[in-house]
Amino acid sequence: MSNTAALHAFTTQVRRDILRMVHRVNSGHPGGSLGCAEFFVVMYQVMLERKSPFEMNGIGEDLFFLSNGHISPVYYSVLARSGYFPVEELNTFRHIDSRLQGHPTTHEGLPGIRIASGSLGQGLSVAVGAALAKKLNGDKQLVYSLHGDGELQEGQNWEALMYAAGNKVDNIIATIDYNGQQIDGSTDDVLPMGDMKAKLEAFGWDVVEIEKGNDIESIITGLSKAKSMTGKEKPIAVLLHTVMGNGVDFMMHTHDWHGKAPNDDQLAVGLNQNEATLGDY
Amino acid sequence: MKEYINTGSKDTRSGFGAGLEEMGNNNNKVVALCADLTGSLKMDEFKAQHPDRFFQIGIAEANMIGIAAGLTIGGYIPFTGTFANFSTGRVYDQIRQSVAYSGKNVKICASHAGITLGEDGATHQILEDLGLMKMLPGMTVINTCDYNQTKAATLAIAEFEGPVYLRFGRPKVPNFTPENQIFEIGKAIQLTEGKDVTIVATGHLVWEALEACKSLESEGISAEVINIHTIKPLDSEAILKSVSKTGCLVSAEEHNYLGGLGESISRILVSNQPVPQEFVATNDTFGESGTPAQLMEKYGLNSTSIVTKAKKTISRK
Repeated sequence: MSNTAALHAFTTQVRRDILRMVHRVNSGHPGGSLGCAEFFVVMYQVMLERKSPFEMNGIGEDLFFLSNGHISPVYYSVLARSGYFPVEELNTFRHIDSRLQGHPTTHEGLPGIRIASGSLGQGLSVAVGAALAKKLNGDKQLVYSLHGDGELQEGQNWEALMYAAGNKVDNIIATIDYNGQQIDGSTDDVLPMGDMKAKLEAFGWDVVEIEKGNDIESIITGLSKAKSMTGKEKPIAVLLHTVMGNGVDFMMHTHDWHGKAPNDDQLAVGLNQNEATLGDY
Repeated sequence: MKEYINTGSKDTRSGFGAGLEEMGNNNNKVVALCADLTGSLKMDEFKAQHPDRFFQIGIAEANMIGIAAGLTIGGYIPFTGTFANFSTGRVYDQIRQSVAYSGKNVKICASHAGITLGEDGATHQILEDLGLMKMLPGMTVINTCDYNQTKAATLAIAEFEGPVYLRFGRPKVPNFTPENQIFEIGKAIQLTEGKDVTIVATGHLVWEALEACKSLESEGISAEVINIHTIKPLDSEAILKSVSKTGCLVSAEEHNYLGGLGESISRILVSNQPVPQEFVATNDTFGESGTPAQLMEKYGLNSTSIVTKAKKTISRK
């Protein structure tokens, strides 16, 4: 298999994991998780220069922060299948006494997680702080983060955007999951956010657009370009155009599956569309 | 009673500034963040001497808390500085999720706490912050009484692993604790010995408690004054030991009685050794403009008020 084929296979398995995880507990957020499956696979299998075993301080390695914590299923699946914890543990998602809480947390000591997220709008500030620590430490590795587009309605993001540009925090790549959907409907219906690229640029960020945000090659190309732009006194934003629910036809192009689990029949359909490649947990 | 001498009134925030400056030279992991109140927080010296480890965030407290949480990832010990109101109520969810729940080693340092902020009035005064912070799981909550103790606490919390809320104030108040007293987090300091009533005070009310103790002594009432600088974890052993002797207690704080030190003490008393307790605290109210002395008088946060409440709690034994 080519590397791309392997990444495709990895992604298909991640989609299965997401569907099975939320189905088992009849709760969780499959839509955004599926929309970002390719991104997470590229992030953990291609982009991030990671060290093992996991250490909270992350000195000498790239860091990733998930700000829109509700897409925890894709995060957990990719972390487990990237070796941070046993894949079997995905079975405990959202169960009592589990390290895989509904939203990611450091509180239960799950390797791979460096900050709790779920209450929206906080992750960019944290990522900026971690990037500043890297600069103080003379650590040349990068800080990556992911944010929902609807999440940008939280004002704290704009405080962080202003700070990072004003202080030349140029070792950070913040990706926006630009799917145009949020719980109550499309972002245009809930609160139109205007020209996001222009807004980010006006705040002093360089912006890379990835038009095909569910295409592995495009994501690799776009993130590599973003990486090449770091270290030039400007923070980098990536607008990742994704389709919510990608890879499961009835979940695509709608906000209906933002926070809803499939029933038994729907699960079967979804799994049929995504064959097991690495083996189910 | 043991005499305490005011060696010269100073503001507690200057104790914080002095502690931060000293640490800046001794611990290169200490970093400081400020939201456009560097002068008010007395962070100027740290900023001047360690510009690389000082972060001017601008008027964006939520971002400041998040950046501080991020700086811990990489091994730093961030001290954030702004007024108590903007350090707590304004950023409660940021502290809750990114600091407390995430278990980050952030030191939230808050000046201008309570009503003694004075003339700016209720928008800037906060009388709810101790309650907000003590409710957060894993948060250590400290309210210091004078310059020396604030400096000592600032040094001590850098050595302590975990989130801390350190509360201090704006006005010049008597400086009376020993200059080099080691600050032990969670360890109450008994200031006077007495047998008739226990007075447990925190922050600016500690000196007032000592004044009240003198006044009570002149009337033949022997008061035991305890300086509680750590609201959480609370030194229940010291409190219970004292009331087992005196049989009654007055709590004194520059804070709403709802959610304050007094309520934490009540819980310990009713669970272990119920005795009468009276509260010197604000009564579910906002503050207002005025001089610190006028406000402490109007809201019953001074030695006169402590004397009155001491007699009342004794009468209820």
